[in-house]
Amino acid sequence: MQDTPIDSARTSSVPFVADDDTSLPLRINGKPFFHGGDPSMPLLWFLRDTLRLTGTKFGCGIGACGACTVLVDGKAQRSCLTPISAATGHDIVTIEGLATGDALHPVQRAWIEADVAQCGYCQAGQIMAAVDLLKRTPKPNDADISRITNLCRCGTYPRSRQAIKRAAELMHGATK
Amino acid sequence: MNNVAAKNPLAGNVVSGENMTDDLAASASIAGQSVRHESAHLHVSGRATYTDDIALPPNTLHAAFGISRIAHGHITSLDLTAVLAAPGVIAVATSADIPGENNYGGIVHDDPIFTDTLVQYVGQPIFAVAAETCMAARKAAAQARISYAELPPVLDIRSALAAQNYVMPSRHLLRGDPDAAMANAPHRLRGTVTMGGQDHFYLEGQIAIAIPQEDGAMLIHSSTQHPTEVQNIVAHVLHRPAHAITVLCRRMGGGFGGKESQPALIAAAAAVLANKSGRPVKLRLDRDADMLITGKRHDFLADYEVGFDADGRLCALKLMLASRCGYSADLSGPIADRAVCHVDNAYFLEHVDITTHLCKTNTVSNTAFRGFGGPQGMLIIERILDDIARFRGLDPLAVRRRNYYGIHERNTTHYGHVIEDNILDTITDQLVASSDYRARRDALVEWNAQNAIIKRGIALTPIKFGISFNATIFNQAGALVHIYTDGTVLLNHGGTEMGQGLYTKVAQVVATEFGLPLSAIRTSATDTSKVPNTSATAASSGADLNGKAAQAAAQTLRDRLVAHACQKHDLRPEQIRFADGHVQLGPQHRVSFKELAASAYAARVSLSSTGFYATPKIHWDRSRFNGRPFFYFTYGAAVSEVAIDTLTGETQLLRVDILQDVGISLNPAIDLGQIEGAYLQGVGWLTSEELYWNGKGELKTHAPSTYKIPSVRDWPLHANIRLLEQEPNREDTIYRSKAVGEPPLMLCISAFLAIRDAVAACGSVGALPDLDAPATPEAVLRAIDSVRGEAHDGARV
Repeated sequence: MQDTPIDSARTSSVPFVADDDTSLPLRINGKPFFHGGDPSMPLLWFLRDTLRLTGTKFGCGIGACGACTVLVDGKAQRSCLTPISAATGHDIVTIEGLATGDALHPVQRAWIEADVAQCGYCQAGQIMAAVDLLKRTPKPNDADISRITNLCRCGTYPRSRQAIKRAAELMHGATK
Repeated sequence: MNNVAAKNPLAGNVVSGENMTDDLAASASIAGQSVRHESAHLHVSGRATYTDDIALPPNTLHAAFGISRIAHGHITSLDLTAVLAAPGVIAVATSADIPGENNYGGIVHDDPIFTDTLVQYVGQPIFAVAAETCMAARKAAAQARISYAELPPVLDIRSALAAQNYVMPSRHLLRGDPDAAMANAPHRLRGTVTMGGQDHFYLEGQIAIAIPQEDGAMLIHSSTQHPTEVQNIVAHVLHRPAHAITVLCRRMGGGFGGKESQPALIAAAAAVLANKSGRPVKLRLDRDADMLITGKRHDFLADYEVGFDADGRLCALKLMLASRCGYSADLSGPIADRAVCHVDNAYFLEHVDITTHLCKTNTVSNTAFRGFGGPQGMLIIERILDDIARFRGLDPLAVRRRNYYGIHERNTTHYGHVIEDNILDTITDQLVASSDYRARRDALVEWNAQNAIIKRGIALTPIKFGISFNATIFNQAGALVHIYTDGTVLLNHGGTEMGQGLYTKVAQVVATEFGLPLSAIRTSATDTSKVPNTSATAASSGADLNGKAAQAAAQTLRDRLVAHACQKHDLRPEQIRFADGHVQLGPQHRVSFKELAASAYAARVSLSSTGFYATPKIHWDRSRFNGRPFFYFTYGAAVSEVAIDTLTGETQLLRVDILQDVGISLNPAIDLGQIEGAYLQGVGWLTSEELYWNGKGELKTHAPSTYKIPSVRDWPLHANIRLLEQEPNREDTIYRSKAVGEPPLMLCISAFLAIRDAVAACGSVGALPDLDAPATPEAVLRAIDSVRGEAHDGARV
């Protein structure tokens, strides 16, 4: 939390401007940003505190629970353990960047259809992990889904399983 | 919000409106439908705001606790010079900075916000620091120099029992003549049942933001199941009147009981620092700090002696129930009482003698956790019945059914409550058939005869869980409903949303009463300035209490609208009907709800009302352990089948079949989700979740790297989860629904006893596996050794 939160209206539309040569460039949800502080700061803090992209959550801080999962070059990664320096030059997508305009991503749609979320806190991370899985494995079976390590204390797993399979159908144009 | 009834994706599990009560079915009500969680669209897009996501005023400080590193001792010196001098630090608070009472204990005042003399557990808060950033505060907190005169710690239940070290007086329940019945029993067994605790591991840790307001007031954002208690404790701590403190909570990222009493500590510490610095203060615990500082489910130990006949029917039961409370009382008294009130589970106990001891240990103060002592009590009797069946070589299910409560006789609990809604046989019959229990049990015997390494086990266990707070006083709720002139409705009630779908269910009730679509109803954050003096959202009672209170408010408003319409259109009340966003005014006229609301406003009719509900029929004499503490019981049963690897001790849940009573469901999709999640959370408690303290009283499992909650691979691939149909609540609850939050957690006992069944298959017939909970691989291997060595826990008397 080295960076002071700044006005969210400004960050939501206008990218940061590099203030010196040492600033680290970042590409988040398709927009360019610069980070001028500690390069070892976790990406999660930059997302939450600087950009006010609060859909990505803090859960455990040691990369085990998965609440902070984002996509780095399309691959699910724990942002609490990713230093900004390691995110520089990569394409980062958060839960806020998943939808295209008003059109939800098929995984988000499947999630709503299957009534997955209970408390909802881990769900952004679950969805990002599912997006990654479906990219690598377009038709995942139960064993594939079992490799997701994101934790959900409400125990929504039967429904996230269901939603991932449904999303696979949606992404392949099947209407069921 | 999408108001279209969502099709439940779990095919075959949908219970739709066809079994609604007549008046509801007639109005095609929204109550009873599987409408989506009111925040579903926010949850999936990252737009649901949790306390940690709230935009902060620019001058907000971030706080961290300074905690004890020893389990027991006196503080001989506390030097905070380096803390204050650390970069970014603005304020440090100790007990000396508390204007009022240094306590957050709700029942016994033995929980200091900051301890100043005696340290009683590793992790106990001693001070808190507020700094410009979160990291600055945490780094500064580590700079404290604290000296202690150490005392020997008491860490476990047996040591506390030996020292008679208790947080509250021991209690005793006696019914019948257990001494004589025991002496006359054809068979007797003695044994011990032990079970571990459980960390809540809500994904959203404890958090509060305290924001000073004008004229001494304080606004608190708290992730809490109990805003009123946070309000009252902050008021006492700051020595301010209750009207100066406002507590808000829109949603929690999980509660599970861990946010019933514990949030008051977090909020009070933030408020003390805000009071001292004059600036807003946010206190969010790190995961490790959360697990070290805040309470968990109680571990229990039970020594039992049971007498029974040749068929396994209970003759007498003597129990010594001891719970590890930690250093203070917290909710340990009511939790032990609920354990006593659930030691019967589904079974008639005619001659019974129960003593409870609330053991004081130098560990974190244990607290509420989904089930609140019920799971511990029920596991004990289920283990005892399992012992009896194994000892006699009988089918465990046959022994259970032989001991079920009767309908017209053998129907009074050991605390004097006559059971009027027993549906145990209905549920068991249906589940035995749908799960194919008997054929599968026979197949297991065959499997185990042919396989030496992988053994399988199966168990069917029932639940009967009492609904209402044991303490009658808490069984009340309030709601506030406004109708605006555009026909939309703002709903507020005292219940909190922690993922259980309470806001959705109560909004369904209000939509049903007004005949409005759900999109016309918005629920605002739980707020002590809107609905006062609320009870914790706990004891599974949220929808029962707040649904009825909101219904009362809506009916008051509907009556006013009806009276207005009758006067204006010269109609009788029975000629007016609310449905589909419209109001039918006699045979001729039909207006929109909006038009009627605007018309009533123009006629100067109040469009705002409170509603109140107090649960009827209940009474409880705590001193005599007697009364009718529960409005009704919720029932259910589960069959779990497991495989164990006898070389590694690993277990795998192969299949689960659940049949759960929810009365007439308010929302089948939500109820099924509660059942699935509760079962798995319970399985975690009894299998993988092991809390380990070392000899110095240091909790060594304080992160998900060492503390294992269930993950997606732990959900059995064959799962048949069903709601019992055609069984409305026999009591007048909201649309005849039943509570669902806690009861299905206890279905997990079937998984534990299935593991025990598989372990038993490693030994000779009649062996009583010495399996303690949690059944970790180590515990399973030890238990296998115990049956192979023919040593067992139950000593034949």
